[in-house]
Amino acid sequence: MRKELGITLLIIALCVVMGIFNPGFFQIRNLQNNARLVGMYGLISIGVGMIIITGGIDLSIGSGIALLGVLLAMMIHPVGAGAIVWPWPFAVLCVILLGVFLGFLHGLLVTRLQMQPFIVTLCGLLLYRGIARYIARDVSQGLGNNEGFETLARAAKGSLCGVPMPFVLLVAVALIMYVLLHRSVFGRHLLAVGRNEEAARYSGINCARIITAAYMLGGFLTALAAILFAFYTNAVQASSHGNFYELYAIAGAVLGGCSLKGGEGSVPGMVLGAILLVLLRNIVNLLGIESSLDFAVMGTVILIGVLADQILQQRRKV
Amino acid sequence: MSLPFLSMRGICKRFPGVVALDKVDLSVWPGEVVTLIGENGAGKSTLMKILGGVCRPDEGTIHIAGSRVDISSVADANRLGIGFVHQDLNSLDNLDVAGNVFLGREPLTGGFLRLIDRRRIEGDTEAQLKRLGLAIAPRTLLSRLSIAQKQLVEIAKALSMNARILILDEPTSSLTLTETEWLMSVIRGLRSQGISVIYISHRLGEVSECADRVVVLRDGRNAGELDREHISHDSMVKLMVGRDLEVLFQHTAATPRESGFEVRNLRTAAHPNHRVSFAVRRGEILCLGGLVGSGRTEVARAIFGIEPALEGECFLDEEPVRLGRTDHAIRRGIYLIPEDRRRAGLVTQMNIRENMTLASLHRYATAGLIRRSREARTAQAQVQTLRIKAPSVETPVSSLSGGNQQKVALGKWLSMRPNVLILDEPTRGVDVGAKREIYGLMGDLASRNVAILMISSDMEEVLGVSDRIAVMREGEIAGFLEPHEFSEESVMCLAVGGKAMAGERAG
Repeated sequence: MRKELGITLLIIALCVVMGIFNPGFFQIRNLQNNARLVGMYGLISIGVGMIIITGGIDLSIGSGIALLGVLLAMMIHPVGAGAIVWPWPFAVLCVILLGVFLGFLHGLLVTRLQMQPFIVTLCGLLLYRGIARYIARDVSQGLGNNEGFETLARAAKGSLCGVPMPFVLLVAVALIMYVLLHRSVFGRHLLAVGRNEEAARYSGINCARIITAAYMLGGFLTALAAILFAFYTNAVQASSHGNFYELYAIAGAVLGGCSLKGGEGSVPGMVLGAILLVLLRNIVNLLGIESSLDFAVMGTVILIGVLADQILQQRRKV
Repeated sequence: MSLPFLSMRGICKRFPGVVALDKVDLSVWPGEVVTLIGENGAGKSTLMKILGGVCRPDEGTIHIAGSRVDISSVADANRLGIGFVHQDLNSLDNLDVAGNVFLGREPLTGGFLRLIDRRRIEGDTEAQLKRLGLAIAPRTLLSRLSIAQKQLVEIAKALSMNARILILDEPTSSLTLTETEWLMSVIRGLRSQGISVIYISHRLGEVSECADRVVVLRDGRNAGELDREHISHDSMVKLMVGRDLEVLFQHTAATPRESGFEVRNLRTAAHPNHRVSFAVRRGEILCLGGLVGSGRTEVARAIFGIEPALEGECFLDEEPVRLGRTDHAIRRGIYLIPEDRRRAGLVTQMNIRENMTLASLHRYATAGLIRRSREARTAQAQVQTLRIKAPSVETPVSSLSGGNQQKVALGKWLSMRPNVLILDEPTRGVDVGAKREIYGLMGDLASRNVAILMISSDMEEVLGVSDRIAVMREGEIAGFLEPHEFSEESVMCLAVGGKAMAGERAG
């Protein structure tokens, strides 16, 4: 819990500094917009965090978001005369099932065929992007003015008592995932497999099943985020939608205390990591720093954050 | 005879808690083949590591060719003409033969470009290979060679560094019969070229075939030497065994019941040509004895479903047990405590409570959610009965001593009512006090009708704890021993491959 406390303090400090330099930071609109982004990035941070705990990685999240977004748009808001419009609940179900299925495939390749997660999901990254562009014929797939699926649109980009829906969803998902990872049998097994797969096997745990389940969870959360991102932009350009999102997700999870070696990580940490990332981008924006320095600031903060954590841990051991 | 080429005098080496070598002497004359034998843990490897520059002695002197030397690194050893061929070969599969022979001392060419002089290393390698009668090209990738060929490449490497003494650590342990013959003829060839060989082996047959002299170590001391004409199977075994055994544990054998656990015709991937069959009755402690590498761990892993069995059946109380699935074994109350507890027995980053319940978490959960208080109660109870020394059940296992860690590994299964408990080297790295407690516990379990299968290389433990001993040798059971037949000699005889010495046992 010490790690989470550290990040929380850092986030509070950043907020205070921001408030002093640019009072615009605390404007409701800015806070709402940040909360919306945190909601979406938080989902994929948790998703990839679960996979990182097994010692794996998922590089296909961004492409998955593009593919699933394109499919969603084409199902519920097709262009051209005579095109079949799918009922939105059915389309949502399809998108989520496909996300889970892709995760299942990754898990299968990693556990049964002993492929390296990096390679499996790198191929996913290329493959899903290619498929998305092909089926969209490289044309932007818009959601128009959300006619016929207003309920879905409200659930994806509306707000509840002023709180943006993505953030509400993240809180719900994070609560469930917290219980799953830190209180359930599955979560204990997941941490055990990540820390020492051999010992988990000697305790009768079906490691392949646990790891595959983690990839499926990641796929589920990617699909959920894909729906939110599609409504956030209201149009999906297959060639650029979701680019680099897997790296934001991984950065969030790592900032939140996940170790790429596996076995380490907490759901609050992953959410805090996502908050920190969104906050950093907002700071760059509000302080009038060239937006081209976006990535440079993020990279520097992650580097310093992980380094500081490592130094503190070593000191604690002595 | 003239002066010895190598003379080690009064070598002592202490590790925390053990004296590995206690004033050991070893001399080797030019062109002599000396075999070094002794039980597991007798100090053979430590002595050779000192000679090879891998570790340094605490006391003692080493003379080579008459002058005193200080071997403080592998490079020193190589410079002094000592070549070490390790049991687990240190060769690199992704390089070719010449690359391996000259690894780390490649002759350079091309001035500042510092390129490897391929022509020279290939020429020199070829000459060395010819000397050993090995007909392979220096450019052959090492991954394409058999283990025997790789071994000869290692020998070629030593020879190309002008080795005068070659140390071979159990070179034949993974060779076929023909390959072994081949190696023997290579050794004879080296001897005729004036090169000395120190040969470590457990296979007494090949020892008597190739040795000029046998040096026996026991418990880190010189136990004796045998000249060529005195080498015989019996004389070697007699020197290897015969120390005073401490009484570790008085096992009042409960009358074992007829039912229990039975293994029939089990075949594992490590020894695919041999089948293993045995039975452990409930209330009995059966020890699977033998040397390290004789296939005992593989048998345990196959029973528990960690690795697939090629063939075979298991029965618990006459009911068949499905092999190949750990969860099935656990459901039937068949548990394994592996030899390497840090790697396989425990998740050391987790605390005592989490480790104790890891194999039976569903019992502590309602609707998939763990009740920590229930977990803590069980863990607390085990900590008390096993007398585990820890501040609380929330203590990470990594901070416990070896003995307490082993008790946690035991406690994990004890809370699950075992029917069959397999313990692989249960007291390795455990202090004497904890050892006694673990033996006592095994006795308790046996008296509560648990069938216990113990794998052990510790002779005191094998003889002191078991109700019956099954000795394994190279993947098969060489023989069973009943209590009246228990002796170090009888176990050793079966383990290294000899006829049971019936006449001597009576005496």
